[in-house]
Amino acid sequence: MHPIITVSDLSKTYATGFSALKGVNLTIRRGEIFALLGPNGAGKTTLISIICGLVNASAGTVLADGHDISRDYRAARSKIGLVPQELTTDAFETVWSTVSFSRGLFGKPRNPALIERVLKDLSLWDKRDTQIRRLSGGMKRRVLIAKALSHEPEILFLDEPTAGVDVELRQDMWKLVSRLRDDGVTIILTTHYIEEAEEMADRVGVISKGEIILVEDKAELMRKLGRKQLTLSLLAPLAAVPPELAAYDLALAGDGMELVYSYDTKAERTGITPLLQELAGAGIRFRDLRTSQSSLEDIFVSLVRTGS
Amino acid sequence: MSALGINWHAIRAIYLFEMARTWRTPLQSIVSPVLSTSLYFVVFGAAIGPRMQAIDGVPYGAFIVPGLIMLSLLTQSIANASFAIYFPKFTGTIYELLSAPVAWWEAVIAYVGAAASKSILLGLIILLTATLFVPMQIAHPVWMVLFLVLTATTFSLFGFIIGIWADGFERLQVVPLLIVTPLAFLGGSFYSIDMLPPFWRTVTLFNPVVYLISGFRWSFYGVADVSLGISLGMTLVFLAACVAAIGWIFRTGYRLKS
Repeated sequence: MHPIITVSDLSKTYATGFSALKGVNLTIRRGEIFALLGPNGAGKTTLISIICGLVNASAGTVLADGHDISRDYRAARSKIGLVPQELTTDAFETVWSTVSFSRGLFGKPRNPALIERVLKDLSLWDKRDTQIRRLSGGMKRRVLIAKALSHEPEILFLDEPTAGVDVELRQDMWKLVSRLRDDGVTIILTTHYIEEAEEMADRVGVISKGEIILVEDKAELMRKLGRKQLTLSLLAPLAAVPPELAAYDLALAGDGMELVYSYDTKAERTGITPLLQELAGAGIRFRDLRTSQSSLEDIFVSLVRTGS
Repeated sequence: MSALGINWHAIRAIYLFEMARTWRTPLQSIVSPVLSTSLYFVVFGAAIGPRMQAIDGVPYGAFIVPGLIMLSLLTQSIANASFAIYFPKFTGTIYELLSAPVAWWEAVIAYVGAAASKSILLGLIILLTATLFVPMQIAHPVWMVLFLVLTATTFSLFGFIIGIWADGFERLQVVPLLIVTPLAFLGGSFYSIDMLPPFWRTVTLFNPVVYLISGFRWSFYGVADVSLGISLGMTLVFLAACVAAIGWIFRTGYRLKS
């Protein structure tokens, strides 16, 4: 199946001379949840803004469901829904009218039943006749999502969807996202919250300084980089890893008071039992042990750091 | 999408959204401009008018009506259209228009259409109000409506450009207050430009509003400062210039997209 979004050699240099994107290549698969991670100013929002038509690209092309976003913008944009990062809403419109307005703007005939379902899904039905200015921040966020869903997009962009929202809304949002995915909607979200990507995404892309530095299946990424470490607190310090243990991936830490064994949790054998036996054989005794697993966050931090 | 590849749903949605804004604020949108124009009819038409000489055979009170309607039409068209596009830019809600499958000319038709509709409606209300204070006639009603529509459209387009150009509320006000209002007052709202000394008469001919008011007044009383053809021609030239400027704005994304 063709990818739903193909970004080719996309660059953006702003009038100030700032290079926000430097030759980005990226494909998004149909029906997946793709999390775009990156520190502030990495180019996440610029990338989304170009795909959605808010910012002009300096070079490169983007295809959305096979349609060039600038030559064939009508077909491309009608497939896309965007939930922006900022809470930009009208103040005096009611929830119902602003969501209906969005549907019309995207070229779809009126469909009150659909708007009703969207509002109910987002727990906005009770507020349908309320002016937007009377809503809380979290409710406004829901309104923006309802607007983006009003025209039944095949691709949904969520730019920092859970920045500054409460736990309840965040969980609602996660539920909504998985429901949309079940309906076949492709979802691209940017986030600071690694746990969000870890929880929801099928694939993860990391962007830093305008370049995509990694795109990987989340599970694969976790497996490849998500190694586990066994740390043994020794009774007596070691000057070096004993040569008879060279077969193990061992390192010393804490001035020789800690022996760190790195292993792959997914491997057939973790090698822990023989290691402990050999340690006993070598007369190395320990008083405590702990294991740790790198999270996506650790991976992300180490990637961005290496990139810089 | 729909017929002829035009996003009618979007045009309709924007147009109704804009009109809804008017009905939400009737005092500001309708009552206030009608009242302020009526004050002119009372002062210049009913009170001072009878003591003034008729101009080109038209009693003074009746003479000023077309000019005053034009004055409202110009300022209201500019205010409506400039605010309609400036405010989404200011609040950020413009993101939705930019991300929608809407061609620039569809957005212009909807926004300018709504702004022009409002000022035409306003012009007609003012015209009706004027008949309460001064006796008057309309010699060429079709031409009158044509000038009304053309002027409202042209200046709504002009207002739309100002709204895109403005990057603050002050700039939004500068052009209407410092340029358009003086041009309208000096464009023959209250006098025939034939009453001016020759030098100032020539200067006045560089004022585009002269042609609008002259043509509009001709449609009422059959008398004009400049010929009807020139009036119509100048109005169309200004209309074309505004359309060209807006086309350029949307092609380049000027002040809308970085």
